[in-house]
Amino acid sequence: MVSAPHGGRLIDRVARGLRAERLAEEANSMPTIDLNASTAYEVANVAHGVYSPLEGFMTQDDYESVLRSSRLVNDVPWTIPIVLDVSEQVAKQALNNDVVLSYQGVRFAVLSVEDAYRWDRRAFAERVYGVLDPEHPGVSAAMARQGEFLIGGMVELFRELPEPFGRYRLWPKETRVLFEQLGWRTIAAFQTRNAPHLGHEFVIKSALTFTDGVFVNPLVGWKKKGDFTDEAIVRSYEALLTHYFPKGSYVFSVLRAPMYYAGPKEAIHHAIMRKNFGATHFIVGRDHAGVGRYYGPYDAWKAFEEFPDLGVTPLFLREFFYCTKCKAVVNEKICPHDDSARVRISGTEIRRMITQGQRPPDYMMRPEVADALIAMGERAFI
Amino acid sequence: MREARGRYTTVSIPTPLFERIKVLIEGTGFTSVSQFVTYVLREVVSDMEKQKAQAAVSEEEKKEIIERLRSLGYI
Repeated sequence: MVSAPHGGRLIDRVARGLRAERLAEEANSMPTIDLNASTAYEVANVAHGVYSPLEGFMTQDDYESVLRSSRLVNDVPWTIPIVLDVSEQVAKQALNNDVVLSYQGVRFAVLSVEDAYRWDRRAFAERVYGVLDPEHPGVSAAMARQGEFLIGGMVELFRELPEPFGRYRLWPKETRVLFEQLGWRTIAAFQTRNAPHLGHEFVIKSALTFTDGVFVNPLVGWKKKGDFTDEAIVRSYEALLTHYFPKGSYVFSVLRAPMYYAGPKEAIHHAIMRKNFGATHFIVGRDHAGVGRYYGPYDAWKAFEEFPDLGVTPLFLREFFYCTKCKAVVNEKICPHDDSARVRISGTEIRRMITQGQRPPDYMMRPEVADALIAMGERAFI
Repeated sequence: MREARGRYTTVSIPTPLFERIKVLIEGTGFTSVSQFVTYVLREVVSDMEKQKAQAAVSEEEKKEIIERLRSLGYI
């Protein structure tokens, strides 16, 4: 049986049919707030229940509660505030009014603004990321936000946003029905933002050995320079899953949402999102959602101890490497040999080789995956 | 600024139970009986809420979703 939605109810703030038409018409007379890509897609995620039980951007009570205790005011676990920052002038005009949200000049949702409050970017960064280093990509993104105020309230989506990988876009309502149709009672979700190497493959397969199926759900959207592009992630997973996973053992779909690089807190956030998609288990690997050396390699594992009520079971899986004595891809739980026999599967090394048009060795990356990336040339990287 | 909401309240438990918990949590990561009770209750309440979770889709909607999933090749 799929997971219960986070907070007990799957949120649906999508207007359909006549309701959508009416909202689109009413929106013509509302003040407009134009959103950037990552915030616009947050609205779609809220409306489609990815962030259940959130029904919109956070009001001050929830925002402060999340920063203070990693829980919403109603005690439901939540670690990353979902917020909309605007200027003081816009905040004052919008308060207690409906505003229309637009992306690239196209109106797509209504926000009923019930709260407007001043926020402190430094406090946000410190609580969410645990650091204030401007080199941290999440911190720098938070500090670069321009609005001095946050506005909160419920959203209602009346027009879908474009998705270049529409064939692979599934929403929580859809995956829940899909898992049920497939007869899966246990589903392990895998979060990724990379093209898959053998380390990733064996992590996923380890989870698959004791669940009915895996839900491979890469984040696409805003990431940092040097990361794989969205297209590279999609093409490389197509190659891996087609050639190396039994048919019927996986569901692949993309999730357009920003990476925060918030390490432990983001690991919880990722688990909550996948719980809303229906996953019963969530794979947490080494340095989950980390960047640089800001977080310990297994800090994210510890974070789950604080949430006995998360409602999704974390699967803590150690990093896989190639062992020259085992002659296999293994991890430290199952390999007795010392470091001299162990070859780490390095993402940096793989990226270097792909950039030069070389296939990484077979024990690092499947040839079909490497070929898919090499064929893309420069388009494989941001 | 709005008035801050109360973040904690008091519930009563039998004194002997309180004493047993106090002994039980010695040397663990729990720093107080309240912290332990909160932890345990969150787990229990979450399990109970899971049983009461509402169905996500109506039958009609489910049919439409299955059609879309078929057209995309998922089933």
